[in-house]
Amino acid sequence: MAIIEMTDIAKSFVVRRRSTGWRRHRREVWAVDGLSLSVEPGEFLGFIGPNGAGKSTTVKMLTGILVPTSGRLRVAGVDPVRDRRRLASRMGVVFGQRTTLWWDLPLQESFELLRQMYRVPTQRFRDNLTRCSDLLDLHQLMPVPVRELSLGQRMRGELTAALLHEPDVLYLDEPTIGLDVVSKLAVREFLAELNRDRGTTILLTTHDLDDIERLCPRIAVVDHGKLIYDGPLVELRARLSGERTMTIEFAGAAPEISGPGIRAARIAASRLQLTLSNEANVPALTAQLVGRGDVVDLAIGEPDIEEVVRRLYVASKP
Amino acid sequence: MVDALRGYALVASAWARAAAQYRVSLSTMIFSTLLITGLDFVEILIVFANTHRLAGFTVAQVAFLYGVAATCLGLADLLIGSIERLGERIRDGSFDAMLVRPIPALALAAADRFSVRRVGKLIQSIAILCWALAALDLGMTLERVGLLVLMLASGTVIFLAVFVVGAAFQFVAPGGRETMNAFTYGGGYLTQFPLAIYGRHLVQLVTFVIPLGFINWYPALQFLRAPDPLHLPAALHYLSPAVAALLVLVALGAWTTGLRRYRSTGS
Amino acid sequence: MRIYLRVAWLSCRRYATYRAATVAGAFTNTVFGFIRAYVLLAVWHARPHLGGYDATDAVTYCFLGQSLIMVLAIFGGELDLAERVRTGDIGIDLYRPVDFQAWWYAGDLGRGLYQVLVRGLPPFIVGALVFRLRLPRSPGLWLAFAVAVLLALSVSFALRYLIALTTFWIVDNRGIETLGGVAAMFFSGMLLPLVMFPGWLGSTARALPWAAMVQVPADVFLGKHGGDALIDVLGWQLAWVVALFVAGRVMTRVAARHLAVSGG
Repeated sequence: MAIIEMTDIAKSFVVRRRSTGWRRHRREVWAVDGLSLSVEPGEFLGFIGPNGAGKSTTVKMLTGILVPTSGRLRVAGVDPVRDRRRLASRMGVVFGQRTTLWWDLPLQESFELLRQMYRVPTQRFRDNLTRCSDLLDLHQLMPVPVRELSLGQRMRGELTAALLHEPDVLYLDEPTIGLDVVSKLAVREFLAELNRDRGTTILLTTHDLDDIERLCPRIAVVDHGKLIYDGPLVELRARLSGERTMTIEFAGAAPEISGPGIRAARIAASRLQLTLSNEANVPALTAQLVGRGDVVDLAIGEPDIEEVVRRLYVASKP
Repeated sequence: MVDALRGYALVASAWARAAAQYRVSLSTMIFSTLLITGLDFVEILIVFANTHRLAGFTVAQVAFLYGVAATCLGLADLLIGSIERLGERIRDGSFDAMLVRPIPALALAAADRFSVRRVGKLIQSIAILCWALAALDLGMTLERVGLLVLMLASGTVIFLAVFVVGAAFQFVAPGGRETMNAFTYGGGYLTQFPLAIYGRHLVQLVTFVIPLGFINWYPALQFLRAPDPLHLPAALHYLSPAVAALLVLVALGAWTTGLRRYRSTGS
Repeated sequence: MRIYLRVAWLSCRRYATYRAATVAGAFTNTVFGFIRAYVLLAVWHARPHLGGYDATDAVTYCFLGQSLIMVLAIFGGELDLAERVRTGDIGIDLYRPVDFQAWWYAGDLGRGLYQVLVRGLPPFIVGALVFRLRLPRSPGLWLAFAVAVLLALSVSFALRYLIALTTFWIVDNRGIETLGGVAAMFFSGMLLPLVMFPGWLGSTARALPWAAMVQVPADVFLGKHGGDALIDVLGWQLAWVVALFVAGRVMTRVAARHLAVSGG
C-alpha cells in the first residue's frame, strides 16, 4: 500500500490585492491544481519546480499544516486534515528557512524535549541520537544554544531532531539551501544512508539539481500547481536534448566558431555564448579553443532547474 | 487533554531551565518586573493620599480588589502570556513548526517562550493581597477562605480565556496584539478599582459582554460583606465559577475556529 | 538645515507605514483614557477642588496624558541609536558630516509629528465626545500649548538620547531603559496628575525634568498659567531642554572618544 496517496489534490487561495484607488481585487489563485501522486514506502522522491510552483503548499498539506480545498489525501493511511496529531508521530519535517528547534535552548535540550514529546523509549532514543551525532558530527555541538549554531550546524541538528522518533516519512523543504559544501555532502550522505538502511520514505524539495542527481531515483516536477513530470531523472535528461551552454571570454575580438551541434551567439565584442547539443564534440572544441591562446575565461553551464522545467512545460503544452 | 498538559509542562519547564542559567540576570528582571507592576499599587496609594474613600471603599478594600485582580492577571500572564505573540509566530513561520507536533497547538503556543520573570508581578500582587487581608481584619471563616480560593481560581481562568480569545483573534488579524492588550491589561487595570466608579454602560460591558467584573468585584462584595453601590442583584456574587466555565467554552471555540481558518487559508 | 528637515520628513513617513499598529495603539490609549478618567472623577467627587483642578480639568488632563503617551515616547525607546551602537553601525553615523545629536533630534521630531496626528488626536477626540473637556479659549493659548508640546518632546528626546548613549558603555542597557521608562511614566504626570502627589513627593516631582513632559503642557492647555506665569513655565521647560541637550552634546563627545579608543 502506498504510504503517500494524493488524488486530485487542489488548493486555492484568495488573494486580496489593493490596487489603485479604494477597490480591492479578490482573485482566486490555485497554488495546487489537480495533483495526483503515489509514493511507496522506502522511496526517495525529489520534488522540484520553479518558485511559486506549489511545492511548499503541497508539503504543508501532506504534513497537515494546510487543508486541501479538494481531493483525497492519505499519509500512512491517515488523513492529515482530521488526524494531524496522530500523523505527527509518524512523520518528520525539516524546513530549510525556519527552525523546528527551540532557539534559546542548547541542542541537547531540544533533543531531550522531543524525546519526551514523542514518547520515544530511552534506549531507542539514545541509539538514534548517537548514530545521528556520529554521522553528522554533532557531539561538540550538543551544549550549544541553537541560535549560536551556523546554518550548516543547525541543519544537521534539525535533521537529527526530525528523526529521533523514527518516522516513516521524512519531508525536507530546501534543506541544503545556503549550506557550505562540507555540510551539504554530509547531509546528502546521511539521507542516502537513511533511505538505504532504514527504509525511511523521503520527500525532498529542492532547487539544487545536484541533490536530485545524487539522491533521487525518482523526481516529480511541479509547475503552476500541476504535475508535469513524474519519473526517473535519467529519462528526463534524455528527453530534453541535453543542451549545455558554454560562455567564452576572449582577449580580443571573439572569432567565428562553428561545428556540428554548435550554435554560436555573440553577446559582447569579446564574448561568445555557445549552445551545445548532444552531437557537439566538446573535447575537440575545447582543444581548439585552448590552442588559440587568447581565451581569457571559459565557463560551462548545465541547464538549471528553471530551464529544465521551462522546456518541460513548453514540451508538455499541446 | 493529557497530551496538552503534558506538552505544555515539557516546553514550559525547558524554557524555565534555560532562563535559570542566567541567574543574576533573571533575578534582576524579576525585580524590575516587580517594580514596574508595583507602580500600579503606588497609584492607588497616591489616590488614597488625597481621599479616605473611593466610591465608598477604603484603601484596604481597594487593595483587596487590586490584590485579587492583579494576582489573577499575573498568574494567567505567567501561564499563557506568551500566546499574545501568536501573530508574530504566524508571520515568521514558527507557528507551522508547532503544527507538526503530536501535541495540541494551543498548548505549544501557550508554553512558547514561557517567561519566569513574570513571576515578579505575582509576588507583588500576592504581597499586597496579604497586606489587604491583614488590614481588613475580617474573620477568616471557612466560607471566606473558600470564597477567596474560588475568586482566585475563577478570576485566573477568566483571564486565561481572554488571552486565548485574543490569540485566536490574531489568526484573523496577525497584527492584533496591541488591540488584545487593550483588553487583557486594560481589563486588569479596570478591575483594580471598585466598579462603582465607572459609568453605567461600562459596568454593563464588563458584566455581560466581557465579564471581567466577575474576577473580583462581584464575589468581593460578598467577601467584604459590602453593600452594592450599584444595587445589582445579589445572585451575581456567586456566578464567577459559572462565568469562568462559560468563557472556557467560548475561548476553546474561538481557538478551534481560528485554527481551522488558518489551516484553510494559510498565512 | 535642509538636511535636518529631510531627516524629519523621512522619519515621519517611516512611521506612517506602521498604520495598523498605530490604530490599535490609539485604541489602547483610548481605553486606558476612559478607565483613568473614571478613577479621577471618583477622586474629584470626594475632593472637588484638589490641587486647584476641578473635575473637568482632571478628565481633560487624563485624555491629554493618553494622547501624549506615544508622541512623547513616555515608555522610552523609539531611537534606533542604541541598536546601532550594538550592531556597530554607529561608527558610520559618527563620521557623517552632520551634527549627530541634531540628526537624531530631527528624526524624533518627525516621528512626533506623525504620532500627534494619528495617535494623539483620536483618544482626545473620543474623550471629548463622551466627557466634557476643557478646551483653550484663545488662539494664543493653543499656540502656547503647541510650543509646550514641542518643548516637552524635546525634553523627552534629550532624556532618551542620554539613556541611549549609555549603550556605548553598557551594551545591554535594557535595565536603564526600563528605569527611564518607569521614571517617565510616574514623574511626568502621565499616570496621575502631579497635583495629586502629596507633600514632598509632589514638590520633588514638579522640579524634575519629567514634569516638563505632561504636567506642564497640560497645565498650559487648561489655562492654569496666565500672562507672565505662562512665559515663566515655558521658560522653565526651555531651561531643561537646554540643560539636557548640553549634557547630551558633552556625552556624545565622550562616547565618540570612547568608541575611537575601544574600537567598534
